[in-house]
Formats: sequence, C-alpha cells, structure tokens
Amino acid sequence: MDNVSIIAIVSIIAAGFTTGVGCMFPALAEGKSVSSALSAIAQQPDAAPTITRTLFVGLAMIESTAIYCFVLSMILVFANPFWNHIIQ
Amino acid sequence: MKLSPDETIFWQYGFVTINLTLVTTWAIMLLLVSLSVLATRKLKTGNQISRSQSMMEIIVTGINGQIREVGLKEPGQYIGFIGTLFLFIGTANLLIILPWYEPPTGSLSTTAALAISVLLAVPFFGIQKSGLLGYLKTYLQPTFIMLPFNLISEASRTVALTVRLFGNIMSGGLIVAVLLSIAPFVFPVVMTALGLLTGMVQAYIFAILATVYIAAAVHESKKKDKKSTTHSKEVSHG
Repeated sequence: MDNVSIIAIVSIIAAGFTTGVGCMFPALAEGKSVSSALSAIAQQPDAAPTITRTLFVGLAMIESTAIYCFVLSMILVFANPFWNHIIQ
Repeated sequence: MKLSPDETIFWQYGFVTINLTLVTTWAIMLLLVSLSVLATRKLKTGNQISRSQSMMEIIVTGINGQIREVGLKEPGQYIGFIGTLFLFIGTANLLIILPWYEPPTGSLSTTAALAISVLLAVPFFGIQKSGLLGYLKTYLQPTFIMLPFNLISEASRTVALTVRLFGNIMSGGLIVAVLLSIAPFVFPVVMTALGLLTGMVQAYIFAILATVYIAAAVHESKKKDKKSTTHSKEVSHG
C-alpha cells in the first residue's frame, strides 16, 4: 500500500470518528442543559428571559466544541494538508 | 467542492483579490446603509410616525434592551458596535433565502475580521471607561499569577468566536449541497429553513457574547474602583 492510500484511509476513518464522537458528547451536554433550563423555567416563569439568554449563550459554548470537531473533519476530508503534501 | 465563497475569484492583481465574499459583504453594507438612510430620512416625534420609523425604533429599542439586560447600563455608547455586528451577521445569514446567494459569514476571513474587531473593541471600551492603567489592572484581577491565563482566554475566545460562526454557517451550506446530490426534492428546503433559524441564533449569540466580553472589561475595572473607595472610607472611619 502506498503513502497516498494510507493517508486517504486514515483521514477518512479519522474524520468519521471525529464527527461521530464530537457530536455525541455535546448532544448529551446540550440535552442536559436544556432539560435543567426547562425545569427552572417551569418553577420560575418570571425568570424566563434571563434563563433563556443564559441558556443560549451556554448552548453556543457547548456547541462550539461540536463545531470544532466538524471543522476538523471537513479539513481532513476536503483540504487535507498531508494529502496535498504527498500529491505535489 | 467549494468550502467557502473565497474561492470564487472575480479579479486578481498581485495579492489584491476581489472574490465573492468581498462583493457580497459590500452589497450587504450598501443594503443596510441605504435602508436605514431611507427609513430615517423623515423622523417625527408626534403620535403619527411612519411605518419605517416604527420598524427602526423597534430594532433599536430591542437591541438597547438586550444590551441593558446583560449589564451595560448605558447602551447608547455600545449599540453602534454591537448593533452593527448583530444586524450585519443577521442580514448576511437571512439572505440565504435568495437563490445563488452564498453568505459571506461562511468564509473564515469574514468571521475572523469580526472576531478581531471584538478583540480590539474590548480594550477600547475598557480604556474609555477606566483609563489605560485601570484597564491593564484587570489582567491581574484575582492575583498576578492569573496574567497568562487572562491573556490565553482573550486569544482563545477570539478563535472560538471565529470558528463558531464560520462552522455553523458553512455546515448549513454544506449539508444543503450534500442533500442536493442525495435527495434533491424536499429535504434541502427543510435544511435551508433550519439554516435561517441557526443563522439568526448565531447572530444573536455573536452579539451577546461581544456584549458579555465588553461588560466584563467595563465592570471589573469599575468594581475595583468601588472597592478601593469603600476601603478608603472604612480606613477614614476607623
């Protein structure tokens, strides 16, 4: 097996694992934070605007980890620097 | 497959490049400026105001209210920056309903520019509020050991702002492109509708995070002043 196919195989497998694992745990975390925010709103409907704003900011923070993984796998699939190095 | 509108190049001379991102950004700027000029041409204070003035007042009052809720008590001096961020990103993301439109926020250079302007605006407002020394002291806030961590957090949150906006918008466009090749009938429409929601939420989050960072820089320096004055009062009482 030559270098090009090794790099292609490793990149594709790594990209799949990156997106898979990187979506799984942020999804768990987001579910947990949304559920606790919902129960907080159910207990205190007056505080709903504050809770919602904090929830959105927190969700953005959590989701950015998933986005990092996604961007990394996009780089591995579409703009792989090692692949380009070997090809040239 | 194209990952960003940077790769569509119209004109190039040396390192000066005019690509689709630049053209769309200038078009959005032109649209926003001309709309607001048209809407604010005949402002009135009576009971009967025009529809466009009412619309503008709703937008400005809403953004002011959001800034005030985060903790900046005088939103007038911050709305110029934060409101511009929100309106630009929101418009850029909402216009994906137009055919052949590629959002400029799906390019890493646009989002990096926006995040760097936030990075520069935080010390600007902090220094404006409490002077250069007062702002620099916030880097030594709990103790001087925290100085490298404060610097790292400044850099990492800029990178996070950049990649978050870019990744969200780019992934929306990419998913639509992939679905067009697999199931081109209904599903791309659904994903585009989801992209509208994501785009608006991302614009809100970018603006709110910029507000939170500015509020932290402004507040910490103010808190320090208050503590030192109360301390001196106690000393004088004692």
